[in-house]
Amino acid sequence: MSKLNLEEVEYIAKLSKLELSDTEKELYSKQLSSVLGYVDQLSEVNTKEIEPLANVTGLENVYREDGVVESDISHADIAKNAPEFKDGSFIVPGVFE
Amino acid sequence: MELNRLTIKEASEKLKNKEITSLELTEACLLEIEKQNPKIKAFITVLRKEALKVAQASDNRRKDGKTLSDIDGIPIAIKDNMCMAETKTTAGSKILADFVAPYDATVVKKLKEAGAVIVGKTNLDEFAMGSSTENSAMQKTSNPWDLARVPGGSSGGSAAAVASDQCLIALGTDTGGSIRQPASFCGVTGLKVSYGLVSRYGVMSYASSFDTIGPIAKSVEDVAIILNIMAGNDSMDSTTVKQNLPDYSKLLSKDIKGKKIGIPKEYYGEGLNPEVAKILEETKNKFVELGAIVEEVSLPLTQYAISTYYILVKSEASSNMARYDGIRYGHSILKSENVKTKSDTLDEVYLNSRSEGFGPEVKRSIMMGAHSLSSGYYDAYYKNAAKVRNKIKAEFENIFKEYDVLLTPVSPFPAFKLGEKLDDPLAMYLADVNTAPINVAGVPALSIPAGFTEAGLPVGAQIIGPMFGEEKVLNFGYAFQQKTDWHKKKPTIS
Repeated sequence: MSKLNLEEVEYIAKLSKLELSDTEKELYSKQLSSVLGYVDQLSEVNTKEIEPLANVTGLENVYREDGVVESDISHADIAKNAPEFKDGSFIVPGVFE
Repeated sequence: MELNRLTIKEASEKLKNKEITSLELTEACLLEIEKQNPKIKAFITVLRKEALKVAQASDNRRKDGKTLSDIDGIPIAIKDNMCMAETKTTAGSKILADFVAPYDATVVKKLKEAGAVIVGKTNLDEFAMGSSTENSAMQKTSNPWDLARVPGGSSGGSAAAVASDQCLIALGTDTGGSIRQPASFCGVTGLKVSYGLVSRYGVMSYASSFDTIGPIAKSVEDVAIILNIMAGNDSMDSTTVKQNLPDYSKLLSKDIKGKKIGIPKEYYGEGLNPEVAKILEETKNKFVELGAIVEEVSLPLTQYAISTYYILVKSEASSNMARYDGIRYGHSILKSENVKTKSDTLDEVYLNSRSEGFGPEVKRSIMMGAHSLSSGYYDAYYKNAAKVRNKIKAEFENIFKEYDVLLTPVSPFPAFKLGEKLDDPLAMYLADVNTAPINVAGVPALSIPAGFTEAGLPVGAQIIGPMFGEEKVLNFGYAFQQKTDWHKKKPTIS
């Protein structure tokens, strides 16, 4: 479970939308395998009947009024950081090849 | 004495008594920054012009009797993962090297409304991922106590800036120890607040159920002053606290006689540097002197906390890093002048922008998270870690039924040398072994200077408290700082 082979690293890189060089693939495969090997110790803990916890505050369903509010960020502000922005929209390349 | 060496408490007194002006105070800090930044490299961006303007405005307000708060006119630095309007905010990453934030983070807004003078943005590990600030794509920050050593991380810039009096206080973030550990390495005071006490709006997310924002200061007294301004509910962050909060400054000097301190034996195991162990022993004795009851306790799940932590934070990080896609902001190959590298498809924009923009630790983190969350591994890694998290949180809640606070070392060792742990990510991760469990549970913890090694390196003690029990940890920290002067020591910068 813990040692990652080249194929698995390439698959994970694809999921992560990252393009890795061959050197990176080898290095990260080794480093990640070492970390994953360490965290395997969690299988020792008895978690029967225990619910997974995602939220330490215990808060649930924090609501606000469903209304439109003026934003203090303008299109001009957003355009400053956008690579391609026109008439209130981001310009993106085609989704398909 | 040079004005930049003052604490907030001292400076605000002198400002009130018209002994000094904010302009003089700010100029003293800016002068120190000019002197130290080439050596220590704590600042990515220095806001000289803006700071002087804000300082002048503060002085004008004071003349008109319209002072805004206890921190009106006080020079402060902000870790560069917090958005500040119209200011470069890089997160220490190439992917945001030219990003100019269009809005203020809530904490930044609160500080501005209180009249604070923001002197600059400090260096950090890229997207707060790291324990030494060496993962910054911008520059390497040095520890003011020994320039060949790390300041700690990920809030290394903030800790180094406060330790070397380049500002009076700084903000950092703490997801797994990133305020406490650099505070410990740099001999300053740092507070990791309870999760939900301070708004995360406008702070670039690393792990959304762990991230906290907090102060790195010269004293516990200063921590309390700024906490009063930073803490509280925010409609822009649904995870923020709903309840009313106390005045933390007023509760500092309560008597700790008869209060109970637990010493969790799992934090004092074999890996602990003997000099650190000795300093913690002396710290314990000081608390006994102050009248506290000190007893050994056990937190058996401690050994599993760091694994729990890393699986969960890297999973959350992989999700949070998905927004950096070269479409709306940040480094993008769409901006490339070289027509040949401009991609034809959306997927290539994602792949290339991200691969060019992210550093190695961020890439490793995203991949570890993606793996832990992927089909076939989700139950064994992410879901299981989330269950262990539940148990660890319960273990802390239980111990606080009997004890007011817990006392542990912040780090198993003092500041290590630059480059020492860079080739071994696992070794770097294990630096967080004493701090990460606290983030898993969500509780608050204070890092206070507790002594020095033979080589003159600072060592911090960690005071852990129950959820929303900031007044307890600050109370104990204040009592300690009334009877010791470790927090007053200053480095001689070579």
